[in-house]
Amino acid sequence: MSNRIGMEVSLMVSEAVKQAKVDVIAAYPITPQTHIVEHLSELVADGELDAEYICVESEHSAMSACCGSSAVGARTYTATASQGLQLMSEVLYAAAPMRLPIVLTVANRTLSAPLTIWNDHSDIMANRDCGWIMVFVEDGQEDYDQTICAFRIAEDRRVLLPVIVNMDGFILSHVIEPYVPVGQEEVDGFLPPYDPLYTMHPDNPVTMGAFAMPELFTETKKAHEVALHESYNVICEIWEEWGKLTGRTYTPVEEYRTDDADTVFVTMGSFSGVVMETVDEMRENGINVGLVKIRLFRPFPVDDVISTLRKFKNVLVIDRTLSLGSIGGPLAVEIKSVMYNADAKPNIFDFIAGLSGRDVPPDQIAGIYHTAMDALKMGRWENYYMVGLRE
Amino acid sequence: MDTYTDTRVDTHTDTRTDTYSVFAPNLMNQVENFAQGHRACQGCAEALAVRHVLKALGDDIVIGNATGCMEIVSSPLPLTAWRVPWIHVAFENAAAVASGMAAGLKVLRRKGRIPDKRVISIGMAGDGGTSDIGLQALSGALERQHEDFIYVCFDNEAYMNTGIQRSSSTPFGATTTTSPSGKKSQGQSTWKKDMPKIAAAHNIPYVATACSSYPFDLQEKIRKAVDSGGPAYIHCLSVCPTGWRIPSHLSIKYGKLAVQTGIFPLYEVEDGVYRMKKKNAKRRPVTEYFKGQGRFRHLTEDDIQSIQERVDAEYEKLLKLTEM
Ligand SMILES: Cc1ncc(C[n+]2csc(CCOP(=O)(O)OP(=O)(O)O)c2C)c(N)n1
Ligand code: SF4
Repeated sequence: MSNRIGMEVSLMVSEAVKQAKVDVIAAYPITPQTHIVEHLSELVADGELDAEYICVESEHSAMSACCGSSAVGARTYTATASQGLQLMSEVLYAAAPMRLPIVLTVANRTLSAPLTIWNDHSDIMANRDCGWIMVFVEDGQEDYDQTICAFRIAEDRRVLLPVIVNMDGFILSHVIEPYVPVGQEEVDGFLPPYDPLYTMHPDNPVTMGAFAMPELFTETKKAHEVALHESYNVICEIWEEWGKLTGRTYTPVEEYRTDDADTVFVTMGSFSGVVMETVDEMRENGINVGLVKIRLFRPFPVDDVISTLRKFKNVLVIDRTLSLGSIGGPLAVEIKSVMYNADAKPNIFDFIAGLSGRDVPPDQIAGIYHTAMDALKMGRWENYYMVGLRE
Repeated sequence: MDTYTDTRVDTHTDTRTDTYSVFAPNLMNQVENFAQGHRACQGCAEALAVRHVLKALGDDIVIGNATGCMEIVSSPLPLTAWRVPWIHVAFENAAAVASGMAAGLKVLRRKGRIPDKRVISIGMAGDGGTSDIGLQALSGALERQHEDFIYVCFDNEAYMNTGIQRSSSTPFGATTTTSPSGKKSQGQSTWKKDMPKIAAAHNIPYVATACSSYPFDLQEKIRKAVDSGGPAYIHCLSVCPTGWRIPSHLSIKYGKLAVQTGIFPLYEVEDGVYRMKKKNAKRRPVTEYFKGQGRFRHLTEDDIQSIQERVDAEYEKLLKLTEM
């Protein structure tokens, strides 16, 4: 029924938030997220969205206000990036175990210093253990779709956990792409108003955010971990339902041209586009490579990752941040540890690329492949390689 | 030598200081929404203040509480001392959490998804969670002029929950574990931050100072805060026998002395207009307040003299404000 529309991806996200009929938006500007909350403020100002729009004085207060509004039963949204996410960090860790289904868009941006506004994943990876569900999107359409799905997932009574939708800053947030919006009636059918289990209201008083002694704390963490892992099935179910509605089905891990591949690249987020292009080119030159995309990062889709990656000889992970003082990038470290238990173990290489938005053109992706092949020939390779590093 | 025994004041002869003390007990809400069985220290006037505040507020409230003594003594999982909706998120964000609750309740009422009844969002924190780390969130919330939003600072003049460290609300000269008196120090070296005036500078409808030693005055001010529509700020001096180094049965007395000496004047700011119900021309000397408090034990005559001068000057300034 709907046509393709050209729009800046940030605005697509705002449109999705509007269609989700959120009740409360907390807003604090930070590049490259700002266009999202700016557009939402217009939608509220024009009466297109009936929501309370709170201009908070910091990201710490943004997430704190989100906790308050979600706790009283309001559908709640905010967006941030980089330093803003770090300032929120303390409250992220509080929101998840309180089971508050807040939706947060992170327009991923590098953490200072040096100060830079461009994209990598250092912001979200610094908060990867905060107990939220985390999704990485590849393009504008997916960002729009995942934003609507995020509310549905978060508020599902079997889940009740907050969700972060990660979009690469600038690379996605500031480009104009085509997308196919979904009709409001269909969104309403897919996403009914939030029906919370417990709320802060005097008609039925509850205590939230109590403190725990060591005798109870371990159990609360285990319960949170179980809830996070059990959300996996619900997420898949909701993505499938969205697929039936729109024709666009999402899965936690996705493969591209892997049928006869020995070697695959592994990516998260917007890298996938350029890697797909490279895979096509390389295949034209007779090199049978493929791509594995990780969409769901938390809960980490352990079984999917094992069953997918065990099929290949060589796995070339492309990380968008370096875990300083560790042995490479966080995605590769996680994949290596997951594959340790697999019955068939591929060779796993780690490449750190695109830090602070540095361009990674197709020939550098192909270079990644050749670096790995050379290392294989020598039978020895580094823990990780920095792509495009001038030494 | 026991410095405490010789400083007892006969509280029974001292009833006139509270204008409501004769008839007001009949008017007091009998409901205890801050339940007994919490774990506050014996004689904790902060717990007492919370109790009075809740009596005045009634049932239709939600509370966002900062990390601090009152949170820790009242919410050990799986128990709770709160008979009203209560949430704790972090140390510096009680005001922001409460403003989120206010916004959420407002929109849900508008959309008809919760009953259309007025519910007040309360932010509460200690002096540290208010005047130091929480100041930004509080300023933001007051600036946004949330309706049905009240913030109460329970000022025990230090970070008590973490073991009596100084805050910007600790009075000049007091020893704490991070402002100890020593050969080169007479304790806290800065003057108490004037939080109520900072709050009033946000042009909000109602600001007041209060003390749990004057329960009816405190409760009346809370009711006024509710009636003002919000946002409102109440700064409540809350004696901490543990941190002030006084015997637990003297909390009420020291609260009164703080007021009677003019060290902690009780006043209101209604729509920018300063008002003092009871001007105190014949103030007691500050020595009476310092005597017997372990945290001021080391002060010399000279120290006390200079504090007296400062207290007098501040009080005169306040009187002028209330006459304008
Ligand atoms: C970000 C952060 N920093 C420090 C602390 C440690 N902390 C918890 S309570 C507290 C002091 C509370 O003092 P105050 O607000 O005056 O309340 P009181 O305990 O005296 O009632 C501190 C420093 C914390 N919880 N969070
Ligand atoms: S330390 Fe002070 S404020 Fe804290 S509970 Fe004990 S008496 Fe009350």
